[in-house]
Amino acid sequence: MSKLLVDLLNKKFPTAVLETHSLYGDETVVVEASAWKEVARFLRESPQANMDMLTDLTAVDFPDRDPRFEIVAHFYSLAKGHRLRLKTRVGDPEGEDVEVDSITDFWASANWLEREAYDLFGVIFIGHPDLRRILMYPEFEGHPLRKDYPADRIQPLIAYRDVPNIEKIAPFSVDEGMSFGRQTHSHPKKDSDDSRVN
Amino acid sequence: MEPLDQELDEAELEMPTEPMLLNVGPAHPAMHGTVRCVMELSGEIIEHVDVQVGYLHRGFEKMCERGTWTQVFPYVDRCNYVSPMLNNVGFALACEKMLGITVPERCQWYRMILGELARMSDHLTCDGAMAMELGAFTPFLWMIKAREMIWDLMEEETGARLTHSFGRVGGMASPPTEHLKENARAVVAHILSVVEECEKLLLGNRIFLDRLEGVGIISQEDAVSLGWTGPCLRATGIPYDVRKAHPYLRYDEVEFDVPVGSASDCFDRFMVRLAEIRQSARIIEQSIQRLADSGPVNVDDPRIILPPKEEVYNTIEGTIQHFKIVMEGIKIPAGEVYSYTEGGNGELGFYLVSDGSGTPYRVRIRPPCFLITAGLERVITGQMMADVVPSFGSLNMIGGECDR
Repeated sequence: MSKLLVDLLNKKFPTAVLETHSLYGDETVVVEASAWKEVARFLRESPQANMDMLTDLTAVDFPDRDPRFEIVAHFYSLAKGHRLRLKTRVGDPEGEDVEVDSITDFWASANWLEREAYDLFGVIFIGHPDLRRILMYPEFEGHPLRKDYPADRIQPLIAYRDVPNIEKIAPFSVDEGMSFGRQTHSHPKKDSDDSRVN
Repeated sequence: MEPLDQELDEAELEMPTEPMLLNVGPAHPAMHGTVRCVMELSGEIIEHVDVQVGYLHRGFEKMCERGTWTQVFPYVDRCNYVSPMLNNVGFALACEKMLGITVPERCQWYRMILGELARMSDHLTCDGAMAMELGAFTPFLWMIKAREMIWDLMEEETGARLTHSFGRVGGMASPPTEHLKENARAVVAHILSVVEECEKLLLGNRIFLDRLEGVGIISQEDAVSLGWTGPCLRATGIPYDVRKAHPYLRYDEVEFDVPVGSASDCFDRFMVRLAEIRQSARIIEQSIQRLADSGPVNVDDPRIILPPKEEVYNTIEGTIQHFKIVMEGIKIPAGEVYSYTEGGNGELGFYLVSDGSGTPYRVRIRPPCFLITAGLERVITGQMMADVVPSFGSLNMIGGECDR
């Protein structure tokens, strides 16, 4: 079933399909990064493919290769019961210029999956509505699942976040916190008390 | 302060019209400890919500890349800490798919029995916690007590209550104990009686029904587009179950039904889980009948399975074999595979990339919870604040799996 699908993609995108292979029963199609979105649109809209579910989208880092990253998507068709793995390759060996088109227009699940790939691999998805970190915090430096991420080093401490438009006091100041642990309100008589001790 | 005796038409009676930002979580009990929702409320209606996950991120996928393939098992255990056995088996199946081996029949039935027990524990926890969050504490205690029986059985079989690390590539850590069959039958009978009692307690309760029915509705198209699987997808009426659609182990040889809902609200998700407990009981009974009392559990391949300890200590071949597997790891041929099983919350996929050495090059866990939590935004937008609790509870977000 999915063999037919591979032939279909070969026929439809003869120049964009770089290679196809079948391993352990999984059909894989590797396409040009520039055709990523068009192929995804075809998989979604063509009645023969009818891929209504984007099961998974992730990336794999191969630091010795050029292009360095493989973007891997797994599609599933509930109606037809077939699967396909679609891959593309992006990025130079330094880990720069890792850009591919977003496919959030066709599947809602792509939203979080692409955010995760951006967070952990630094893949920029062009056209993503809300591309920010999802598993790591915003101040995190680097992308942890890259092979050259220094896993033996620690991240720098981050300062208290200054959020605009929210009137919030920094935690554990004298005005906020546990009543039994610290002074919770200022004493007007404090100055005179101090002077008396002195 | 303004005087109270003012004329009404002189007073400024202005309702505040600007929306209120409310932060729920990550330490809120209804958020199960690991999700933060920043909600924009207009009155009690949720206008927008930003669901933020990642508070339980421990970097499993990174950690998997520095050990052997066998050393991944403890990590997948801790991904879904409510049904770890399903994760164990799912990962073992993925590795076996790459190695091109099939475990002996006895092991397959054994995996199915333990897996279905784990699924029962998963569903009991979710349904019990849902009831508790809506104020019904008794069903929660009863269900958790029943779950405790499953864990006692697991402890007898594997040695650990929760994080068993019991799966192995090419088999299981040890063969079934001699009391497995009678223990499993006793546990299943008890769980079925608990489920029936809890149904009687809850399904006649007006408050419980009112808070679930018609709440947290999601359309079929949205659920599919969001990549939902498992009980949450089946509650929308789509009978997609990996065990039926793409059978693995021996699921094609047992009889069971795939319960589906129709309204795709919280109540349907609750009921689908209860119905699945009953189907799991059917599978367990059939598996017990097919499980042989003796025979091999592990594949007969010295490159994959550790030799028995007597051989390790007494023969040079055994020592070398043991040393090779422990120090270098099982050599999985270079390539990539996507293997999927039905986890407690849906399709649990493993995308593995191997470079032919004993260490995984990339282990990608496709967590069902991650995509289900991604749909939380659509489920609760436009609902009342109080509906967040049952909606979120019915999705059964498991933090370890969602954040990894």
